[in-house]
Amino acid sequence: MITLHNVSKRFGTFQAITSVSLHIKSGEVHGIIGASGAGKSTLLRMMNLIEHPDEGEIIVDGQTFNHLKGKQLRHMRQTLAMIFQGYHLVGNKTVFDNVVVALKLAKVPKKEQTAKVMESLRFVGLESLKDQYPAQLSGGQKQRVAIARAIVTQPRVLLCDEPTSSLDPNTTAEVLEVLRRINQEFGVTIVLVSHDMEVVKSICERVTVMAQGQVYETVQIEPTGIQKLENSAEEFVKWLRTGGDEDRV
Amino acid sequence: MFDVLSEYQAEIWVSIGETFIMVGFSILAALLIGLPVGTFLFLCRKGQLIENQVVFSSLNLIVNIIRSFPFLLLVIFLIPFTRLIIGTAIGTAAATVPMCIIAIAHYSRLVEQSLLDVPKGVMEAAVSMGASVKDIIFKFLYVEARSSLVLSMTTSTISFISYSTIMGVVGGGGIGDFAIRYGYQQFRSDLMIYIIIIMVVFVQLVQYAGITFARKIDKR
Ligand SMILES: Nc1ncnc2c1ncn2[C@@H]1O[C@H](COP(=O)(O)OP(=O)(O)OP(=O)(O)O)[C@@H](O)[C@H]1O
Ligand SMILES: [Mg+2]
Repeated sequence: MITLHNVSKRFGTFQAITSVSLHIKSGEVHGIIGASGAGKSTLLRMMNLIEHPDEGEIIVDGQTFNHLKGKQLRHMRQTLAMIFQGYHLVGNKTVFDNVVVALKLAKVPKKEQTAKVMESLRFVGLESLKDQYPAQLSGGQKQRVAIARAIVTQPRVLLCDEPTSSLDPNTTAEVLEVLRRINQEFGVTIVLVSHDMEVVKSICERVTVMAQGQVYETVQIEPTGIQKLENSAEEFVKWLRTGGDEDRV
Repeated sequence: MFDVLSEYQAEIWVSIGETFIMVGFSILAALLIGLPVGTFLFLCRKGQLIENQVVFSSLNLIVNIIRSFPFLLLVIFLIPFTRLIIGTAIGTAAATVPMCIIAIAHYSRLVEQSLLDVPKGVMEAAVSMGASVKDIIFKFLYVEARSSLVLSMTTSTISFISYSTIMGVVGGGGIGDFAIRYGYQQFRSDLMIYIIIIMVVFVQLVQYAGITFARKIDKR
């Protein structure tokens, strides 16, 4: 579905991502875990080119994506929806309007819009709040609105940047459940960035461990992978303690 | 108070009309040109959507220069330009030219500041949804900044009223000029005080209307 090939990214002189290669399989829930500053968000943001790589290729469905411009790029982004830790809803738009804007941007015919928005809100269980403003909602509800907005255009991939990091454990479970259903019912590929091992363990099939702008390894979770992931995390902490410059592989 | 005012009723109404013309055109210029210029300033900033250091610096410099010009000198300085576009440098119509110039510079700066307050994440979400620059401006930026834009317009309008009081130097007239000519130069201090009261009340009304409206449309 998405392939990153030797992707690097610098901010000024700071090397945020160093030659990362990664393959996200179609239909999987793929976790990306790592400490703060590891480059997880940057990596995720390069998948829909919110951040442009300095080197390497972003390949989506066999098409090299990082040379697209203008309309084509915008169109491509609509197949890769995104949600964020901070929800990023428009405070002056109602729940309904926050969701419908995605359809307007995708130029969905006006007469189909209302039904699609309502279907999407029903899916996340927020139909009854359609006329509320984000300020009147709880964190979990806001994130579900953001999810409704992301899936209303029927994207093929959902990129999630710490979607539950501002939420309490119960709300986190609810949001993760919604994501799991999106994956299972619609076959949407999910890439989920998190620094929380529990979150990643509960939903992901494969997890990529990152440190200091590099991929440490990618682990299969089921059926025995959890142990392996924890070992990996441990080794990875050790590796970090040694300064991270030993050969790891 | 009312005897004095009614004595000069005709002149006062004419002056108020002139002030309205000057301030009205300034508001129009602020909206039609200041708003796009301010938006452009914001978008060209470092790290923003259409980051362009050259355009930003030039525009920024022009706005700064106009804003730091003492207004009286700006009016005089612009006389040749005014004559070029209006045909004369004297009168209410001519006075709208420097008023509009300062209005554009004034409001565009406030627009830029208002847009800077829009959370970066909102724009990021818009980009991730495949929004074009135009979509981002109209469907996200202006929506999220609308109450701040209204408040800025309120502040600007009050400044425009203040600026308009000196337009007498180019025969622009207006209520401020009336206060100077009758109140000050003809030693009718009572008249001047009444005019000041009228202006204070008017400014309060503008302020109140602006704040009320801004509050009403702010759902954040
Ligand atoms: N726009 C930017 N300009 C400069 N440096 C940046 C920028 N974006 C990210 N960085 C730097 O790149 C590094 C990786 O950032 P990134 O946000 O990808 O980390 P992260 O793994 O998502 O961390 P966190 O868990 O804190 O979100 C950090 O050191 C960060 O300071
Ligand atoms: Mg991050």
